[in-house]
Amino acid sequence: MQKVIRGRVFVYGANIDTDQIYPGRYLELTDPEEVSKHAMEGVDPGFAKEFQPGDIVVASTNFACGSSREHAAVALKAMGTGAILADSFGRIFYRNAINLGIPLLVCPHIHEVVKRGDMLKVDLTTGQVTNETTGATIQAQPLSEYVMTILESGGIKPLIKSQYGQKESIEG
Amino acid sequence: MHAIEKILARAAGKPAVVPGEIVNCQVDLAEVNDLYLQTIRSFYEMGGKRVHDPKKITFILDHYAPPSTIQQAENQKEMREFCREQGIELLFDIDQGVCHQVLVDYGLVYPGMVLVATDSHTTTHGAFGAFGTGVGATDLATIMITGKLWFRVPEIIRIHLRGKLPRGVYAKDVILKVIGDLGADYAVYKAVEFTGPVLKTFNISERMALCNMTTEMGAKTSYIQPDEITLEFLQERGKHDYEIFTSGAANPYAAEHTYDVSNLEPQLAAPHSVDNVHPLREFIGKPVQQAFLGTCTGGRVEDLAIAARILKGKKVHPGTRFLVVPASKGVLLEAMARGYIQTLLAAGATLVTPGCAACLGTHQGILAAGETCITASSRNFPGRMGHAKAEIFVASPAAVAAAALEGKIVDPAGYLD
Repeated sequence: MQKVIRGRVFVYGANIDTDQIYPGRYLELTDPEEVSKHAMEGVDPGFAKEFQPGDIVVASTNFACGSSREHAAVALKAMGTGAILADSFGRIFYRNAINLGIPLLVCPHIHEVVKRGDMLKVDLTTGQVTNETTGATIQAQPLSEYVMTILESGGIKPLIKSQYGQKESIEG
Repeated sequence: MHAIEKILARAAGKPAVVPGEIVNCQVDLAEVNDLYLQTIRSFYEMGGKRVHDPKKITFILDHYAPPSTIQQAENQKEMREFCREQGIELLFDIDQGVCHQVLVDYGLVYPGMVLVATDSHTTTHGAFGAFGTGVGATDLATIMITGKLWFRVPEIIRIHLRGKLPRGVYAKDVILKVIGDLGADYAVYKAVEFTGPVLKTFNISERMALCNMTTEMGAKTSYIQPDEITLEFLQERGKHDYEIFTSGAANPYAAEHTYDVSNLEPQLAAPHSVDNVHPLREFIGKPVQQAFLGTCTGGRVEDLAIAARILKGKKVHPGTRFLVVPASKGVLLEAMARGYIQTLLAAGATLVTPGCAACLGTHQGILAAGETCITASSRNFPGRMGHAKAEIFVASPAAVAAAALEGKIVDPAGYLD
């Protein structure tokens, strides 16, 4: 797992809900590639075209509040999101994104020190965040041990698979 | 310990837990709705073959009830097949209604249980002293495989309600006021408990509305201590034995807020966030093209009763569409037996099959650009019910019905005679 992430920043405001990240009318889709075409469509319709794998999403408070739809995290994962940093996150999205292996960092005031297009360096081990465009630095909250374990496993799926992987012969 | 901590300790097989601790809990019931085909995908991606315990899993097809696209129909078909293959008998198909109401109607919710669902409004079940919380598809698939899920034990915020609600003011107004004051992210990662004498005046329906909306302040779960109102309700419907946990006297709260509701006016959340709460009077006269009564927040028998009372012998305003969506088939049948549905239809309401309907903007009442909707549901995010340039006002069922009658936002108090 990559411990230092560098990417261009896309910046959003407070209370960006999961309906904006992934509008309800596309919830019937399940293929990640199809899902990703609508990433951030409700708040930034150009996102899916402009965003490059490894780029970083930054937001103010309560990013991805609202619905439990995993599509919001699936869409950003399939876009190749390098990391998401926000003042705070909606709790279900936080779990969903970590489960899919997207590094999420709680970083108060982060949206105040970056603007769209800046290059950001994020050290997941220390929580140190550097805006390479402006030189500004800011400290994110370190990831908890359990969250780091999930991320290091590449998400919860490989982790569960290795711990509980069921064989056909095992009785349910 | 607080009752919520006792529930988690019991489920984790530990003598005690403390806020901030990560615990791995047995889940008493896991519910999947029809937006979450990914749950089945994740189950197989994680190496799942057989679900851990088919009796502790339920599928409820409510968000696309009935399906309006081929893809929705395919997704539901795959879910039915999965239930059949896995021996999951608790499959509630498209005739039943919104998951949170269906679970209650069928007596599947009880005090002290850990209930996890792929729906953010699972906080609703705090109304019964259950630990209810929403998750995504992959977390739910983890439960299907292991029977367990990890939680961070939440800090608990207490909202104490005292006084006497004025006429025309309801639980929905109370929770909107609280969310407006405290903010959409106030309770993120935390739990919200309601206490105080006002609860004794709230029936189960109003308690469910209170707990349901704590999701809109970010809460992980909510709690109301079960009392005689809870027990009476469960006696009629409950199927499970249960243990009622009570909080220790010295239990510390992370924060405490007291509200005297005696002077509370009707509230509403204006576009485009649920914490953009104002006294309803600031928007009196605002024309509405759609009034929406329904969902897990505001589609119960008591909500339909209020609407029927306001519209009895009257007509919905010609410039307004009034959508009525009973939360469940059980609600619909009872509302029919009481004559509410007949009254509302005679007044010009459009009856929609029980389910989530237009609440999440997938079907059955989508808004066009520039339209305004007043809704008894929970959310007014941009584009939530259709076009991003539509405006959604979240209010009480009474305010919705009164607006349907007048074609504009009005104070419902004057329509309750």
